[in-house]
Amino acid sequence: MIPSDLRAMAEQERERQEGFRCRIMVCAGTPCLSAGADVVLETLRQGIAEGGLDAEIESVATGCMGPCSRGPLVKVRSRGKEIVYERVTSESARQILFSVVKGRRPPTVSPLPPDLPFLARQERVVLANSGSVNPERIEEYVAAGGYEALSHALHEMTPDDVCREVSLSGLRGRGGAGYPTGVKWSLARKAPGERKYVVANGDEGDPGAYMDRSIMESDPHRVLEGMALAGYAIGAEQGFIYVRGEYHLAGRRLEGAIRDAERKGLLGSRVLGSNFNFRIDIRTGAGAFVCGEETSLMASIMGKRGQPWHRPPYPAQKGLWGNPTLINNVETFAAVPAVVGRGAEWFAAIGTPKSRGTKVYALCGQVEIAGLIEVPMGTTLREVVYEIGGGIPSGKRFKAAQSGGPSGGCIPASYLDTPLDYESMERIGTIMGSGGLIIMDETSCMPDVASFFLDFCRDESCGKCAPCRVGTVEMHRLLRRITSGTATMDDLVKLEELCELVGTTSLCGLGMTAPNPVLSTLRYFRDEYVDHIRQRRCTAGVCTIAENPAPGAEGEALLHAMGVPGEVE
Amino acid sequence: MPVITLTINDELVSGRRGESLLEVVREHGITLPTLCHMEGLSERGGCRLCIVEVEGSPRPVPACTTMAREGMLVRTHTTRLIRYRRMIVELLLAERNHYCAVCVSVGHCELQNVAAALGVDHVRYEYLSPRVTMDLSHERFGMDHNRCILCTRCVRVCDEVEGVRTWDIAHRGVRSRIMADLNYPWGESETCTSCGKCVQVCPTGALFTKGAAVGEMVKDPGMLRRVLEGRDRKEWEG
Amino acid sequence: MRHTDRQSDSSLSPALASDPRFTAVERTLKQYQYRPDALIEVLHVAQEAFGYLSDELMDHVARQLKVPLSRVYGVATFYHFFSLEPQGEHSCVVCTGTACYVKRSGEIVKRLEGEFGVKAGNTTADGKLTLSTVRCLGSCGLAPVVVLDGEIAGRNTPDSAAAAAHHLVAEGKPEKKPVAERPRRRGRRGGTP
Repeated sequence: MIPSDLRAMAEQERERQEGFRCRIMVCAGTPCLSAGADVVLETLRQGIAEGGLDAEIESVATGCMGPCSRGPLVKVRSRGKEIVYERVTSESARQILFSVVKGRRPPTVSPLPPDLPFLARQERVVLANSGSVNPERIEEYVAAGGYEALSHALHEMTPDDVCREVSLSGLRGRGGAGYPTGVKWSLARKAPGERKYVVANGDEGDPGAYMDRSIMESDPHRVLEGMALAGYAIGAEQGFIYVRGEYHLAGRRLEGAIRDAERKGLLGSRVLGSNFNFRIDIRTGAGAFVCGEETSLMASIMGKRGQPWHRPPYPAQKGLWGNPTLINNVETFAAVPAVVGRGAEWFAAIGTPKSRGTKVYALCGQVEIAGLIEVPMGTTLREVVYEIGGGIPSGKRFKAAQSGGPSGGCIPASYLDTPLDYESMERIGTIMGSGGLIIMDETSCMPDVASFFLDFCRDESCGKCAPCRVGTVEMHRLLRRITSGTATMDDLVKLEELCELVGTTSLCGLGMTAPNPVLSTLRYFRDEYVDHIRQRRCTAGVCTIAENPAPGAEGEALLHAMGVPGEVE
Repeated sequence: MPVITLTINDELVSGRRGESLLEVVREHGITLPTLCHMEGLSERGGCRLCIVEVEGSPRPVPACTTMAREGMLVRTHTTRLIRYRRMIVELLLAERNHYCAVCVSVGHCELQNVAAALGVDHVRYEYLSPRVTMDLSHERFGMDHNRCILCTRCVRVCDEVEGVRTWDIAHRGVRSRIMADLNYPWGESETCTSCGKCVQVCPTGALFTKGAAVGEMVKDPGMLRRVLEGRDRKEWEG
Repeated sequence: MRHTDRQSDSSLSPALASDPRFTAVERTLKQYQYRPDALIEVLHVAQEAFGYLSDELMDHVARQLKVPLSRVYGVATFYHFFSLEPQGEHSCVVCTGTACYVKRSGEIVKRLEGEFGVKAGNTTADGKLTLSTVRCLGSCGLAPVVVLDGEIAGRNTPDSAAAAAHHLVAEGKPEKKPVAERPRRRGRRGGTP
């Protein structure tokens, strides 16, 4: 395929789509599918076939539309207007179809208002195609302007130009740390080495975050195009996508997308008629959070235990099989086609001076509308929770938002007006992370939340370095004593000391950030800790505090000294 | 090798390019505790005891996996570092069941020596007291998981020097255990050559020679240097 | 020596060699040209085909990929996905990710553990059901989530989860609720007129 073929393909597909009077899109992302989207789609297809409407109405399975808690979602596009229906059943699907045919409103199904902030307040860059193209048809991605950035880069730009464009855009890593993407690319570009690799990190392990899953499911070609652009920029011919094992659908769609792109000459040898060759392979994760850390991820790609190794040397210098390797998050790669296609200036104009562009968040927990949103960097938490998310259900009060998963922290109500960008979040003791935002109301107990995350970290610690391996277990034990009402104030001191040790001396990011949920809850909700210890009381009513505290560690220590082994959990 | 100069504890010292910080520090007579490091084996950077402060680095770095560079400003014994080292040793002691009084390696144990040198006289953390076993299936050696600190010297010596890789770690995190082949009893391992190198490099009483009584198990870590130097010189040829 | 017949590649037991599930493993080995770095991909396929990784399977994979036995075992036990024990006839997985945790999925786990008399991560004595937990399935909008034999069910209560698990064991397949009957959350519906 050469660039003119790409344009012809886009043209042809646009014409095909315009031939229909109406396009009915059904979200086929994991949440909507599990809410019954497959049945809805089947009903629509049946109805269209029965009514002989195949030439007039097209039904399409698309990716994520956003308000996942309201699924299954159906979007109707006719005469340039779009209407979204929530919680569609097969019965209401029939009504929707009927209304489309008759040009009337369905009698009992009301659509989401077009100005619903959840939909209207977003600015979709990475998610531009999510929910409107069929992720299983490459033509639809191409018709939406896909692979144009790659075509442009391969024929009009040098690899240096591409690196420069990415640097100028101010794009930063969307996986958590916010390292400038352009700098990373330039380092990998300059690193000496015959063979180089591009790796997309799709091992989204943060519990409560599913941005990457949704991007891979809804718009897989965007990720592939971003990776190909990176390959061209740094001089790599091989890419890997590391997909989290739990994400079957994402893996399947990526596999199909790679096959289609290779068949059309958009990946493989001599991409789009240029001299650039690029292959992408999928590697499936097998359930280890630590593999989100880049050195562990590479160990896993090479078929080993996912244990991190010491940096430097950084992957950009010495990565897979000792070769320079560029690792970016899936969302970062997904932003690249827009950066290269629409220009660095356009991208840099969105967001704040230091955090540019948009960010995708998974808004979940105790919030009226939960789902996936994309907003400009710097949008305040209040806007996200109260305007876009529709506030807290059942008239309860906002207590905290947990961001960044097990590496992040909590944002209390007093910081609701904090703009969500890298610097502001770091200032208040949390991190942007990959973009999970869990909203908690007054029914959440903060020491219990901290204990939940420490339980996670201790379970996911790889065991390589001593502070993380043993320290997280000891911290979790101390937290459990606090939440069960058996702790002393001395335990709190020990806990804080361990936070410092584990955070400072651990080998990799998992250990270094494991104390964050404890530190941030201690910072804003210390009273609750003290309440549990001194008053033996849990205000949120989450913790079960026994009438008579069980014998503390002294008893166990005595047994230990006598040589009686206990039980490890 | 080109010479570099760096400052360690306010003193100007020289080293060679390509050396680790640990090597330079030790060449200048400064003692740094280590447990997973062993000359002749690849570095692991797991015990975190040799952490040092390097100016410009946001957190302490392990001396064993950090290369010495020209102009580095290094501190090896700040109060903070000593406190961290003590805590790490306490954590290691709390992790398994280290009853020194009945251990074959008492008096010759690297963990015990490090603890003593750091002045660790009690453990403030809850003992995890895991229920772990001994493997006495090998005819000459024994493995006591109660004493293992997961330094992986045995895994590395078996892989890198003996070349059979009988040992590896099973599971992860605090559940990690050293095991042979597909978790076979040591004596039934298909690959073990019974060379005994793992026993000699083990810093504690986790790997021992059968029949050794309490305090009798004296390790010979120098064995490794002899083997490797001999191999380099091809001493055994002709 | 434990299994003296395991000295050559042809030592595979006839039962395993002729097992139709084994062809998937062989195909994957070939597809990756017996490269050692394919270990995890091969184990995925083996686990998928057999439901667990037996010693014999791991031994075979080690020989074919020319990696040490200890590395295969180390990898197989490092990752949560692989199981060295046969699994129950049916599976019930409760998500304990943050969103599900905030919506009290812990109570669901406790309830199921009580109902079936088995700790999460284990199989019932009759081999009917394996109860386990998972850290986030990325279906947070539907929290709390339970997966029965691969079918995701959202917005559970301890009661609904227990009923669904009993149905699974009794009927042999997950209950497919008619879509119209899906529970609707009550209360204020933000933004909807």
